[in-house]
Amino acid sequence: MDFKDYYDIMGLERKASQAEIKRAYRKLARKYHPDVSKEADAEARFKELGEAYAVLKDPEKRAAYDELGANWEAGQDFRPPPGWDAGFEFSGGGYSDGESAAHSDFFESLFGRGFSSAQSGGRHAGFQARGNDHHAKVMIDLEAAFKGATREITLRTPEVDNSGHVASSERTLTVKIPKGVRQGQRIRLSGQGSPGVGDAPAGDLYLEIEFSPHKVFRVEGRDVYFDLPITPWEAALGATVTAPTPGGPVELKIPAGTNSGRKLRLQKRGIPGTPPGDLYATLSITVPKADSDAAKQLYRQMEQQLDYNPRSTLGV
Amino acid sequence: MNQKSLTGVVLDERVEISLVELCDACSASVDWIVELVEEGVLRPGGQEQTRWRFSGACLLKARTATRLHHDLQINIAGVALALDLLAENEAMRRRLQRLEAEREP
Repeated sequence: MDFKDYYDIMGLERKASQAEIKRAYRKLARKYHPDVSKEADAEARFKELGEAYAVLKDPEKRAAYDELGANWEAGQDFRPPPGWDAGFEFSGGGYSDGESAAHSDFFESLFGRGFSSAQSGGRHAGFQARGNDHHAKVMIDLEAAFKGATREITLRTPEVDNSGHVASSERTLTVKIPKGVRQGQRIRLSGQGSPGVGDAPAGDLYLEIEFSPHKVFRVEGRDVYFDLPITPWEAALGATVTAPTPGGPVELKIPAGTNSGRKLRLQKRGIPGTPPGDLYATLSITVPKADSDAAKQLYRQMEQQLDYNPRSTLGV
Repeated sequence: MNQKSLTGVVLDERVEISLVELCDACSASVDWIVELVEEGVLRPGGQEQTRWRFSGACLLKARTATRLHHDLQINIAGVALALDLLAENEAMRRRLQRLEAEREP
């Protein structure tokens, strides 16, 4: 088991005052709160912070923790010295920060499971509590949003065995991703979270939908965007070209006199649903290489015969 | 291992849940949810409280609001402001992602 330096986690000196501890907690909690933070490890950091604060804000626990001495370093293999907590009396239960989180082995070796949440402990006779909710992200391809898909999701859940040890168990769920899901949407699977305590119901599982980056299409809400390259003559004269859509290729009419950057909307070709999203093709004119005499000749002919200055709006 | 295929509920505008179900899903009190409605954070359908129907988006908002209130000790006005700013932030982030992808094909 690794030693955890709670002062280091909170960015504090060991002599920090209770007011400083509270301030540091508030500041870091805002920074790492999983609903606010975009940091990849926000959830883990927030849990760790909650645990550090649970110890340091409580003068009894803090004194006991300090007694372990400053010689320990974070990550060092740790066993509590025998009788280390003699003379300290912990008044069990009763902190609210990070209450629903299971604490680390380190925390539990020091302060026991009595401090852990009643939800996972479940040692009080007749006690009932709804199980914790779980959250997971599911990566899907854009195509899955058009056709629906099935995904296997592996979840790691901390569980308490009969001897009170916390072990993490793995379970795999097969989940149907319905057609028409959008980026950032959540799917709720009732009763697939942690089991409840007593007769209380299990928690829920929330899956957040995230699209894998696509080489052609970009998604924003219900709408889908892509770049459609066209030739100068298609742009100037107008044309009907074949364009890709997530549902398969379609014929798309390019109006004469189109310029690069123009967006064409294909109604209801975005993410399906009620209402369905739209598909936008951003046109970009690509210029053929002048890599043959014939091609060079054509460009020179245009230069001579077309009176065209693309920079006229720039005043030059 | 559970290989049975599960079908969840997509939490969108088609979902309709009652006040009691919402409290349950958020582990929150009725009073707190009523406060969120009064603050304009949640906009249920239905006139009287007993007939309120909340959308999937309401459920997610209520859960986030409850966590922010509990974990960061933010009062209700602060929660409402934080939720507005988070939504705006998220929309801008998505837009930026799309525009950046557009510029660097």
